[in-house]
Amino acid sequence: MIRTIATAAVGAVIAFGLAGCGERPQVIEYKQGKYQGKADTQPYDSATFKGDKAEWERVIKNRNQNQNEYKRTS
Amino acid sequence: MARMKFLCDAERCIECNGCVTACKQEHDVPWGVNRRRVVTINDGVPGERSISVACMHCSDAPCMAVCPVDCFYKSEEGVVLHDKDLCIGCGYCFYACPFGAPQFPQAGAFGVRGKMDKCTFCSGGPEPNNSAAEFKKYGRNRLAEGKLPACAEMCATKALLAGDGDVLADIYRERVTMRGKGAEVWGWGTAYGPPGAKPAAPAGAKS
Repeated sequence: MIRTIATAAVGAVIAFGLAGCGERPQVIEYKQGKYQGKADTQPYDSATFKGDKAEWERVIKNRNQNQNEYKRTS
Repeated sequence: MARMKFLCDAERCIECNGCVTACKQEHDVPWGVNRRRVVTINDGVPGERSISVACMHCSDAPCMAVCPVDCFYKSEEGVVLHDKDLCIGCGYCFYACPFGAPQFPQAGAFGVRGKMDKCTFCSGGPEPNNSAAEFKKYGRNRLAEGKLPACAEMCATKALLAGDGDVLADIYRERVTMRGKGAEVWGWGTAYGPPGAKPAAPAGAKS
């Protein structure tokens, strides 16, 4: 009888001790969200460029070079 | 077109805050909100450096990653923008941003935090281009007018450059090649001599 109780107690201790080994990983898997807001228009879809992307890119490129004083002074 | 970027040349920035003023004026930014500011390292110490900082329009923007309502998006030109109609003003983006770019205006009588406001690279937001609604929420849309951000175009020393990242890199490379390197060419050393140098005695001065 005592032996049975002792065996059960040892079994319970072992089961309790190993309970932590069954822990699952707790690192959250991150997922990138998707934009939920309103759609935006392109910069060339404006009154100035009327959807002409090539013209807009040309103007911006020229404007970029205005920041280069070595080109401006030569 | 490549990605739109800002580039600030610390050798040229003279901490005039012209970029900050230009931004405030251009977008009618409310009091207490600074979309751009000038940061000085070692202020008052010989060799101090200033740099103009705003939203850097990150490739992998942390503000986009942490936003609980997913109100951020990236335009075709790589500009990080957000929808103010969706923003709840929680401030997560402010904690996530390494540059302190997101700003929160005080709304209401008890200092309640309003919707987030930040640099838009002068390209407005998700409203019709150059509309009154767009100006009210996000400021002027200069890109749609074929112009670059006001801060960079106003910069007197051209320390702050804005535009296509590849073009900026070329401009900066040419500049550095032409001027050499270090403060002896442009900056503190030119103006005041190398660190530790004795100031020249004025002519006729008694010793």
